[in-house]
Amino acid sequence: MNWPLVPQQLITGILNGGVIGLIALGIVLIYKSSEVFNFAHGHMVMWGAFLTWWFAGAAETGSELLNLPLWAAVMGALAVSVLLGLLIERMALRPMTGQPLLSIILMTLGLAQLLEGLASIAFGVEPKSNFPAPFSPGDVLVIPFPGAFGDAIRLKYTLVVAFGVALLGALLLIWFFNRTRTGLAMRATSENHEVAQSVGINVSRVFALSWALAGMVATLGGVLMAILTGVSLNLATVVLVAFPAILLGGLESLGGAVLGGVLVGLSQALVQAARPIEVRNSAEIAPYILLLIVLIIRPEGLFGQKRIERV
Amino acid sequence: MLRIHNIEVVYSDVILVLRGVSLEVPQGAIVALLGANGAGKSTTLKAVSGLLRSQQGEVTRGSIEFHGERIDRRAPDEIVRMGIVQVLEGRPLFQHLTVEENLLTGALFRKAAPRALRQDLDEVYSYFPRLAEFRHRTAGYLSGGEQQMVVIGRALMAKPRLMLLDEPSLGLAPLLVQSIFQVIRRINQESGVSMLIVEQNANVALQISEHAYVMELGRIVLDGPSAELQENADIKEFYLGLTQVGERKSYREVKHYRRRKRWLG
Repeated sequence: MNWPLVPQQLITGILNGGVIGLIALGIVLIYKSSEVFNFAHGHMVMWGAFLTWWFAGAAETGSELLNLPLWAAVMGALAVSVLLGLLIERMALRPMTGQPLLSIILMTLGLAQLLEGLASIAFGVEPKSNFPAPFSPGDVLVIPFPGAFGDAIRLKYTLVVAFGVALLGALLLIWFFNRTRTGLAMRATSENHEVAQSVGINVSRVFALSWALAGMVATLGGVLMAILTGVSLNLATVVLVAFPAILLGGLESLGGAVLGGVLVGLSQALVQAARPIEVRNSAEIAPYILLLIVLIIRPEGLFGQKRIERV
Repeated sequence: MLRIHNIEVVYSDVILVLRGVSLEVPQGAIVALLGANGAGKSTTLKAVSGLLRSQQGEVTRGSIEFHGERIDRRAPDEIVRMGIVQVLEGRPLFQHLTVEENLLTGALFRKAAPRALRQDLDEVYSYFPRLAEFRHRTAGYLSGGEQQMVVIGRALMAKPRLMLLDEPSLGLAPLLVQSIFQVIRRINQESGVSMLIVEQNANVALQISEHAYVMELGRIVLDGPSAELQENADIKEFYLGLTQVGERKSYREVKHYRRRKRWLG
């Protein structure tokens, strides 16, 4: 272990984890209302980032139509992503109602490919480095910490803000699910569609709503990721770190997704801090090893729902 | 209030399940629908509540009217809004929600004020005091009888005018069946909810109801005031398990049973 690096990596890991958690939330949201595991979520994240980039008029060609400030671009992207979510639900998922769950899940895989193709047509395949960032990469918060590398912990402003936004979004969603009427309708629908119908819940409206919400959450996550890493088609692969976060936290738990994200971030950062990094990509593998261990001990994840079986 | 007129129901466009079922539930009445497995009782209820469609079923002929309005083409949530709530078979509740949350889901569509909801909850708890005790428990861990109470209570939260009950006695001990049916009668009398009850337990169902219909193979084969049906020789033999003399039936007469069934169908 490279001890002087550890305090820095601990904090960075937690902050990064918050963003991963927010992306994981979007998948949990859909799973909670319809039991569909949305493999296209990463591509919705990517679309959110590209839309923001487009609204901000950051095209390199110089022929930008809109030149909105970042906050307005985000609003625009959120609005479009809500429509995108609704459209996906209407065109792709509603016709599949009543079909086996597996076919619906495979359909989301196809959807991912479609979204990727459409994005490359609409925005081009080259990575964009000119995402409108609110802070320059040089803006760091220096916290003195004796014993750490350089006797201080350096935090990028962008990372701190991203973590704050992710946390706020997660808390809002948790409040929404547990305290509002619509949240209760969503939780009820996730358990049993037919029974939900029998008590007068409009199930298709609940699905549409959860996809719209997931679109918004994805966009938010996409913007935060884009600020940290820039926009490219590869952004969609962030779900690969979100998957272990979801399974760690438990598929049905919003709080668990966030915590899972933080655990994933931490495990990645700490493996990076370990001195002998002989295994290539060890930081990417670490969360999955952690996941394996947790799943052996708690198959439903840390906060997932235990299957209720009465004899 | 509810009038089913000669309906035909087809599943997946090919399987004909109901072939001309007509029945009527008068305002404030309890009506029983009896019959063997596969006779089409549950399908009849689902045709009324609109839940057929999510199972690829469709009313292809005839009509269903509620207070003079056609409802056989409406979506399930619209039908609930009109005041018809179905209590599904096998007491399916939202297992991971608490008892109180389960009850509240029944009132979701009404958008009622919190205070009104509180009152409605108290009304349910007055029918089922057991539930008040367990209000914060996870519903999935309740016993079968308690789950049945939750499911009926949840339907009550919708302030229905007509309740469709699908086998409320399923898998419950005889004593519990009696008490559940007592509450059903109380709900009918005190809250003025009409009931259409599907039952295998013909005995209890005929005691509680004013009128009863008997279904076989997708048809109504017999109907009349429950008191009269209780005395009907066929009913006694096939549904109450008694011979004409009133003794328990022996299996020697199974042949005779088969012959009679065919004639009835």
